[in-house]
Amino acid sequence: MRARGVRRILPALMAVACALVVWVVVASHHARADEPPYFAIKNARIVPVSGPPIASGTIVVSHGVIQAVGANVTVPPEARVIDGAGMTVYPGLIDAGTDVGIGAAAAPTAGGGGRGGGGGGRGATGATVPLSMGPEDRPATTPWENAADMLRSDDARIESWRSAGFTTALVTPRNGYFPGQAAVVDLGTAEHMENLVVKTPAALPINLQGGRGEYQGFPGALMGQLSYVRQVFIDAQWYTQAMQAYEAHPQGRERPAYDHTDVVISHALANKELVIWPAETDTQILRAVRMAPTLGARWALSGAQQGYMVPEAIAAANVPVFINVNWPVPAAGGGGGRGGGGGRGGEDTDTLRTLRFRDRAPSTPALLNKVGVKIAFSSGGAANPKDTLRNIAKSISAGLPADVALRALTLGAAEILGVSDRLGSIEPGKIANLVVTDGDIFADHTNIKYVFVDGRLYIPPPVVEPPAGGGRNGRGGGDTGADLTGTWTLSFTTEQGPDTATAVLQMAQDGSLSGSVSSQMGTAQITRGRLTGNSFQFSISMQIQGADTQVDFSGTVNGNQMTGTINVGGGFMIDFTGKKPNAGGEEVRQ
Amino acid sequence: MKFGNKKKLALSVAVALAGIAAIAVSSWPSQAQSGADVLVIKNATILTVTKGTIKNGTVVIRNGKIAEVGANVQAPAGATVIDGTGMFVAPGTIDCHSHIAVEGGVNEGSVSDSSMANILDVLNPNDIDIYRDLAGGVTAANILHGSANAIGGQTIVIKLRWGLPAERLVFEGAMPGIKFALGENPKRSNNPVIPGQIRRYPATREGVEDVIRQSFTEAVEYKKQWDEYNRRKAAGESNLIPPRRDLRLDPLVEVLEGKRYVHSHCYRADEILMLLRVSKEFGFKVRTLQHVLEGYKVAKEMAEYGVGGSTFSDWWSYKLEAYDAIPYNLALMTQKGVIASVNSDDAEEATHLNQEAAKTIKYGGLSHDEAMKLFTINPAKQLGIENRVGSIEVGKDADLAIYNHDPLSVYAVVQKTIIDGKVYFDRQKDIAMRAENAKEKQALIEKERQASGAGRGGRGAQPQGPGRGPGSTIEDREE
Repeated sequence: MRARGVRRILPALMAVACALVVWVVVASHHARADEPPYFAIKNARIVPVSGPPIASGTIVVSHGVIQAVGANVTVPPEARVIDGAGMTVYPGLIDAGTDVGIGAAAAPTAGGGGRGGGGGGRGATGATVPLSMGPEDRPATTPWENAADMLRSDDARIESWRSAGFTTALVTPRNGYFPGQAAVVDLGTAEHMENLVVKTPAALPINLQGGRGEYQGFPGALMGQLSYVRQVFIDAQWYTQAMQAYEAHPQGRERPAYDHTDVVISHALANKELVIWPAETDTQILRAVRMAPTLGARWALSGAQQGYMVPEAIAAANVPVFINVNWPVPAAGGGGGRGGGGGRGGEDTDTLRTLRFRDRAPSTPALLNKVGVKIAFSSGGAANPKDTLRNIAKSISAGLPADVALRALTLGAAEILGVSDRLGSIEPGKIANLVVTDGDIFADHTNIKYVFVDGRLYIPPPVVEPPAGGGRNGRGGGDTGADLTGTWTLSFTTEQGPDTATAVLQMAQDGSLSGSVSSQMGTAQITRGRLTGNSFQFSISMQIQGADTQVDFSGTVNGNQMTGTINVGGGFMIDFTGKKPNAGGEEVRQ
Repeated sequence: MKFGNKKKLALSVAVALAGIAAIAVSSWPSQAQSGADVLVIKNATILTVTKGTIKNGTVVIRNGKIAEVGANVQAPAGATVIDGTGMFVAPGTIDCHSHIAVEGGVNEGSVSDSSMANILDVLNPNDIDIYRDLAGGVTAANILHGSANAIGGQTIVIKLRWGLPAERLVFEGAMPGIKFALGENPKRSNNPVIPGQIRRYPATREGVEDVIRQSFTEAVEYKKQWDEYNRRKAAGESNLIPPRRDLRLDPLVEVLEGKRYVHSHCYRADEILMLLRVSKEFGFKVRTLQHVLEGYKVAKEMAEYGVGGSTFSDWWSYKLEAYDAIPYNLALMTQKGVIASVNSDDAEEATHLNQEAAKTIKYGGLSHDEAMKLFTINPAKQLGIENRVGSIEVGKDADLAIYNHDPLSVYAVVQKTIIDGKVYFDRQKDIAMRAENAKEKQALIEKERQASGAGRGGRGAQPQGPGRGPGSTIEDREE
């Protein structure tokens, strides 16, 4: 209903917005001597999302902006023309929640980022950062940081995301309870990474859950984290009020103490920035619905994988949802169907609750859509963006109309993020972010032929298909020849200084990983893991301060080197590098 | 929370309940009563706790409340009737010290005063321990923060309404509380120092007292600031800068104003007296002493002060400060006039608090009724909910447990547990549902196996069942 309403008034809005947008984009666009002034895609099926599909039409792109779209469009003679016969053009896809663009690379950051006095405590390598002793220490709190200022051209995932059709992302800083503000970023290439920023700040994310144990600095338990978040918002509101009163009458009284966090959060509140509250389970979602409205902020839910259990409660909250489509999967080695290997027949450790969750999570988008919730999709830490599209396809199988899925990936996400005047559909005046495919974007064997980001053409590298009979592309690492089997030395830096761990990995034919990780904290078995392409993820479960804590490793492998991130929960991540020292030649697979 | 190994007396009862808890299943009342429906339990022995025992009696429940109790009460026509022949109906067990249904840690142990942390924020209605405790006849529990700090987090009383969301677990109108802790746990004497980490203050019993004094000194000052601000604001002054609201001090002000109970973990007699002195000095009241293993040494002082004592039946020697514990503690406190209750501190222990209470008949010679009170009306009094629950009386909430034997017998097994007149646990239905759950589980495993075999990740491989509506969350209860 709501979507249709917006669509109805959109042309009017566009007319007003176009002139402004075109000017802004053109003015900010750097000259590109190596590129033709115009691109034109002819004879293609066009899915503008903002309107009905055009069976065969033309799109003209220039200076980063869509100049013309339609069945009968004049192509400038100097244009580089792409024959779109047999192809479909979609708006560029939006990943509404990822750290692609600011993620894992070589540079280590000390500690969990910002833990400690004043929140700035990035602590020189090796220095012990004092533990936070209360909210006043602003633990793991750096809301002044901004994804827009953290972009790194060496994040290889920018290219892999773009090659999968994602041209834009809500890039979200990851470390801490208030990790910093998120930005809408185009996943292109640029001489200066800042030129890719579309909107900043776009949202104020919060991290909850996990934590580093109940005794390692405030806040340790979830209830401490929740009270901390609440206190920060109370403080920010107090700061606004106190400063107003003080500025009106400064003489004769103590001035309110400056606090960087208060300043940034109070600005975010004044600007009605979207606060992003994470919640995956039904209990967490209901908690969010109960607590987030008390912050005095505009807010959105992120995650919501168990939204299928409480769709009405989400609808009643009247907030948008960034659904994490990184659906739960069985642990490596069998999961719910454990025992497939024979020896362990009948031994299943997954509970009925877990099995139901895995079965029903993909139905969440359909159910939320049905009750009128505005949705967008986030890749949720997936290693491979193609999995994100496959997982959305699962949701379509579970009842989500395909056009709604596409809208959630494009115009719907743009509306939630406040950029639908410039992104999200194929209309004249909008940023030229386009995906050209040889089929339905959600179909399993569709290839992405061309991607335009800010009007610049990218041709994704060809997808290597695995041998017949195997899974789809990228599965199992067989296509890249990467093999993780072996003993790896992982190097990283914590608050206590540089440290190493040893990972003994075993990779199965299908890319699933098993083995163990040994560190100062002891040895823990890998509970699940997988290599996809050259991206890997694996998890261990260990006791940290008496609490069972899941620790996730993710990253990319290149021969005998790997780089990645260790996620110990609560928004704390540590970058690491890995080496397989004894790998001279072929590893013998057992 | 207890730390270290808990040692138990040989009397430890081999409880038949264990089997129930192993596979718990959904138990949402299937009779789907509307509010006006009537439930009747007849032909049962009714242990009212406060008004004697009725042989061959009947309880009529209307709108979730006990409407009639007696030997000569007729079941209204059309009522749902439970035949209680051979059964014993008792008030549901109230556990005055529980840590079930908490998500993300029960201790905000990073600081010595963590009163900003609130159990209410992290109630987890999916915790299987709720169901397991229901299976042991528990209908209400005082959910406490852990004992890692002198002043711990805010606490909340819940009813074990399995299947309802967190906010519906809360015992409406029950006074919220705050956890204090004295002795070895808050001074962290049994915890290793983490290398490179500064040891948290306090490290001595004196330090624990100091933390409490410090926090209440701050709370008094904080309250003064707010009173002053409100006074000036009311007087029409403009441009005032309000005090900064502090989520740590707010609950302590509530304690000072008598709007929040203090439940203090403690062991030794000297520290018990210390806390009672400090509370008098600051003008607040300690509602219950929890664990209070040396309560028998200062029972007279406790009775004079009017503080409740909630303790274990017979745990001792699991740490130094527990060496003077004796199994006569409950009986001795009772005999000195302390309102005493037996608590669990543990999800499993909670499933047989009735039998834990029964031990006081051997150790201390309490009467049958006195022993019954230890897990029913007495904890209700300690939590200030005795006008609602804790005994079988007309007008009270129909929170009941139906046993197959006298609840103080080692053979007693809970058959049904009723809250607000609704059956939340039914042993027969539980047993029947295990097969259904096993079947569903197998089907889901098979479905996953097929999906992974048929080219993983492909679209459209398997038609997904329609997602269930929110009402179905209650079916999703297995761990």
